[in-house]
Amino acid sequence: MDTAALLIIEVLNGIASLALACAGLAIIFGMMRVINFAHGEFMMLGAYTTVVCTKTLGINIWVSMLIISPIVVGIIGVIVERTFIRFFYGRMIDTLIATWGLSLLLIGIVTAIFGNIIEGVSAPMGSFEVGVYNVAQYRMVLIGIVILLFIGVFLVLTRTKLGLIARGTMQNPAQASVLGISTQRVYMVTFAVGAGLTGLAGGLLAPISQVIPTAGAAYVAQTFITVITGGTGAVTGTLVASGVFGTVRQLLSYEFTPVLGGVGLLIVAVVMLRLLPQGITGKIFRRSL
Amino acid sequence: MLSAEGIRASYGRIPILHGVDLQVAEGEFVGILGHNGMGKTTLLKTLIGLVKTTDGTITFEGETITREPPHRRNRRGIGYVPQGREIFPNVSVRDNLRLGFAVQKVDEQEVLDEVLEEFPRLKPLLDRAGRVLSGGEQQILALARCLCGRPRLILLDEPTEGIQPSIVEEIVEILKTLQARRKLTVVLVEQNLDFIAELSQRVLIIQRGQFTSEVSPSQLSDPDLVAEFVGMGG
Ligand SMILES: Nc1ncnc2c1ncn2[C@@H]1O[C@H](COP(=O)(O)OP(=O)(O)O)[C@@H](O)[C@H]1O
Ligand SMILES: [Mg+2]
Repeated sequence: MDTAALLIIEVLNGIASLALACAGLAIIFGMMRVINFAHGEFMMLGAYTTVVCTKTLGINIWVSMLIISPIVVGIIGVIVERTFIRFFYGRMIDTLIATWGLSLLLIGIVTAIFGNIIEGVSAPMGSFEVGVYNVAQYRMVLIGIVILLFIGVFLVLTRTKLGLIARGTMQNPAQASVLGISTQRVYMVTFAVGAGLTGLAGGLLAPISQVIPTAGAAYVAQTFITVITGGTGAVTGTLVASGVFGTVRQLLSYEFTPVLGGVGLLIVAVVMLRLLPQGITGKIFRRSL
Repeated sequence: MLSAEGIRASYGRIPILHGVDLQVAEGEFVGILGHNGMGKTTLLKTLIGLVKTTDGTITFEGETITREPPHRRNRRGIGYVPQGREIFPNVSVRDNLRLGFAVQKVDEQEVLDEVLEEFPRLKPLLDRAGRVLSGGEQQILALARCLCGRPRLILLDEPTEGIQPSIVEEIVEILKTLQARRKLTVVLVEQNLDFIAELSQRVLIIQRGQFTSEVSPSQLSDPDLVAEFVGMGG
């Protein structure tokens, strides 16, 4: 009984962390079609921001994770978009190579500053007991935050004028521009929001993961696979795909090892993409978000 | 109002426009007639800024706009209804209309009410996705969306292409009413002789990226003349 409860918590947690790690990529790759190979490094920067803020500057951890990490990485996103991403829109391979270079650069810079050592912050709040097991309250809160985050992103995209402008621009940039929309600005802002969400993910995951300069590498494959499997409806698709993959990975990790969990995720992804080449939202429920 | 002088444009290294001169006065309805591939669409795209000019100048209301991006030109009051309509497929008809004035600070409901009064056919379609509309409905939506931005000059690219005759008639009526009511200036590109003759005050003939002659709409009903000027019709 306790084991079952624990397992459910673990699975929900796995889903939440995966969805969280994917949120920014759902915008940058899912909506904008920009292959950001430095996605994992954006997360790593978010994590380091939270580490520095809490440990060195003594700032409250919630403020660090929820506010400072997204702002810092969002600003880095603007700089990156203005200095080179914007020259590569519509050129996937070039973007891939450029952002791969960027990821190496970011790893290099962070290693130079902090050294190749494991940093970490301890999770806020205590833990509660499920039978004989101890579960960190933070993990539960994280699930709630991720749910609110996705609802928020969805509402902004569907209910606000800015969201409408962003969707119109992604669907047909030339037409948006002749309707008076500065597509350059829309791309910049959208990329910054995607980067900010990625920074937020890095910050929120910092207390439950190891913070090292190369931490991003672990996220690239799984996040891209999840967003691709999600399909054309970037937000809902990513959420559904996270649900499937998070469950598979967590159950296999629990039963066997985390390595097998990762392998299982890959196998399920390959099978799903064979059956649904346009992704979950391309076929099952046709959605545009 | 709009003036283009010596406009040249090319795709890659292939030149398409070879020095086009065009003067449009306020309130005028100018038709541009030409075969497929003569550069009509390219000309309108250079006027709105989607294709860069390699030479020549464009001015609008006395100001040079040759190097301005499309969104700036639109904000100056130039509307563009593209060939193929370019309806946003995955947003509703209402949101397609809203995108027509999303960057303007105006009363949203007022603009929508006004445009729906002029285009009552769109009323029952407001919540449908743009992609499910028929070609004719999309054309009317594209025109309505453009008008939502309250342009003073409209560039219209082949609005009758692939559209059933009843809707073509409807579009003629709409354009006539609008021109009288909103004091619009229009540059219309067409291959449909009757349509262009019915609406235009003067018609320019384009051949291989150049204007070759100017005719009056009444001359377009003379098949021999049309054959001589355009090599089409009669
Ligand atoms: N995007 C493009 N790239 C290269 N060539 C093009 C492109 N668009 C049009 N063209 C060529 O430019 C010429 C003029 O095209 P266009 O302006 O569309 O003519 P029209 O509208 O009169 O049919 C045609 O020969 C066409 O093949
Ligand atoms: Mg054309």
